[in-house]
Amino acid sequence: MESNAAALTEREAAGLVEAEGSETSRTSLREVELSTEAGPGDAIRLAEAMEDDTIPHFDKFLGHLGTLPWDRYGVRLGAIVGAVILWHVLSVNHVDMLINFANIPNPVVVGDQLVFLLGTSEFYRHILVSLERIAISFGIAAVLGIFIGIIMGRSRIFSDIMMPYIEILRPIPAVAWIPMAILMLPTEEASIIYITTLGAFFPIVLSTLHGVEQTSGVYIRAAQSLGAGRIAIMRHVVLPGALPSIMSGLAIGMGVAWFSLLAGEIISGQYGIGYFTWNAYSLVEYESIVIGMLIIGGLGTLSTWLVKQASKPALRWQESET
Amino acid sequence: MSGIEYAAAESGMGMGTEGDGEANTLPPLGKTHTTQLKADKGQVTIEGVTVDFGGNVAVDDATLEIRPGEFLCLLGPSGCGKSTLMNTVAGFVRPTAGCVSVDGVQVEQPGLDRGMVFQQHSLFPWKTVCDNVAFGPLMANLGKDQARATARSFLEMVGLSGYENRYPGVLSGGMKQRVGIARALANYPKVLLMDEPFGALDAQTRLVMQENLLQIWSEFGITVIFVTHDIDEAVFLADRVVIMSASPGRLIADLPVELERPRSLAMTTSDVYIRTKQRCMELIRTESKRAFDQQRSVA
Repeated sequence: MESNAAALTEREAAGLVEAEGSETSRTSLREVELSTEAGPGDAIRLAEAMEDDTIPHFDKFLGHLGTLPWDRYGVRLGAIVGAVILWHVLSVNHVDMLINFANIPNPVVVGDQLVFLLGTSEFYRHILVSLERIAISFGIAAVLGIFIGIIMGRSRIFSDIMMPYIEILRPIPAVAWIPMAILMLPTEEASIIYITTLGAFFPIVLSTLHGVEQTSGVYIRAAQSLGAGRIAIMRHVVLPGALPSIMSGLAIGMGVAWFSLLAGEIISGQYGIGYFTWNAYSLVEYESIVIGMLIIGGLGTLSTWLVKQASKPALRWQESET
Repeated sequence: MSGIEYAAAESGMGMGTEGDGEANTLPPLGKTHTTQLKADKGQVTIEGVTVDFGGNVAVDDATLEIRPGEFLCLLGPSGCGKSTLMNTVAGFVRPTAGCVSVDGVQVEQPGLDRGMVFQQHSLFPWKTVCDNVAFGPLMANLGKDQARATARSFLEMVGLSGYENRYPGVLSGGMKQRVGIARALANYPKVLLMDEPFGALDAQTRLVMQENLLQIWSEFGITVIFVTHDIDEAVFLADRVVIMSASPGRLIADLPVELERPRSLAMTTSDVYIRTKQRCMELIRTESKRAFDQQRSVA
């Protein structure tokens, strides 16, 4: 049996008998935008939905920057301006219909407060602390997620060992981890990093696993017949084949990382944009709440966009696919 | 790679475009392969091979001797196990019983002495055309530059020099298969295994590809095992057509094709061609009918 395994793994052998030419489904980054607005559960459901190519094309915003005609940017800009005007009208007139705008600061007040905050070094510190936490957590999650995902995809036993943990831990929201994280880890900072890493880890590991599993058996056999060994197959076939999935996993992971980070920062910590927002509520600085929220939205969008831009060169070959 | 030494001087290569003066360290591939390789290399021996996929017998006691440099077509209806039999030669499938050997060495696993051309979707879409062909030489421990140089000379041979930096996604089906053939040959294998390589092509492209393949084969003098369900294709290409029956997959006939070489399309109207084709058709029809009756009695 051992020499048999040298020729091909059980999985590949199964693939030999049937479904020879099954099309590898192409996952794209198109679903990713949603993750910044949705909770971790949603993002993971999206990661699963990627297996299904029939899901609708979500409109891209930043993903298409530079490729859309200018009039469409005009419409998008108009939509934002319209929302700001509506917000202004509702809040200035203290409209109270279902949603109460009486206590909501209007855009002008928020703008004044933003100008003031931009003059304080404290404000930048909150932002930088959050960015640093995201960078560390996302880095750890990316390395671990890709590494574990690849091994899971290539080893049935490892996959069977890991899968129950992933299935059980994955639905636990970041907020629910906070008490346990504080008990387990020495510092608050470590707890926040832990929670953020965990949030980003699951979509990355699952997308990587999916990408590795969908590697077509025919590519592996082609490589084998050209003299490639296990390591060469991993490097030249499995990894590049899984790259589109890995990259969309990273983009989703980035969204979930922000979500988890904010949960961690709100409950504990002394700095960070989440702490800033929550603290503003305690101090009854309603303008700062709005600013904190908008900063979170902006940074989340920007970082996801960066991940996608970084992945573009590696996926250039996909542009020629029809 | 010792194989490169076989390459000979300039010659108007098959479907290849002429050299464009680009610095090419390797000489173009030449016709001297025929005499050098045909004599001794690429003898495939299949002895009593049975492949049993857990109760489903795909190949039943197949015995076949393929001479060095021979062009053999394995002909049979879909699902008769001909691909499985070829996969035992490739080393992808291990026989349940019996053994396969190439030049006296038993096949244990896939190796670069047996090049493989698949039906479709086997070029690595993330590698350029040049890097696809260079993959074999790279795995054979040629340096990156030398592997690419080898790849370029093979791409020239199949007439795709202009596409070396493109990705496979932009190529047509026929072009993809030409790259596939170049990739399989770039390691100078002893045996070329082709699994319905032209099955997905349109009829016109297929004809051109068949002629191109014969030309490459005559230049390399390589042993070819070609799996197909197309009787015309088998008779036109092969020195010998071996017919396989379905369920269980058995070799039922071994017909030499006595058409002279080089083959041309004009021969497809000759008496020998038509007689051979008729013989194949009879054998396959009898076989198909038997299988059909068998299925009906089971139902």
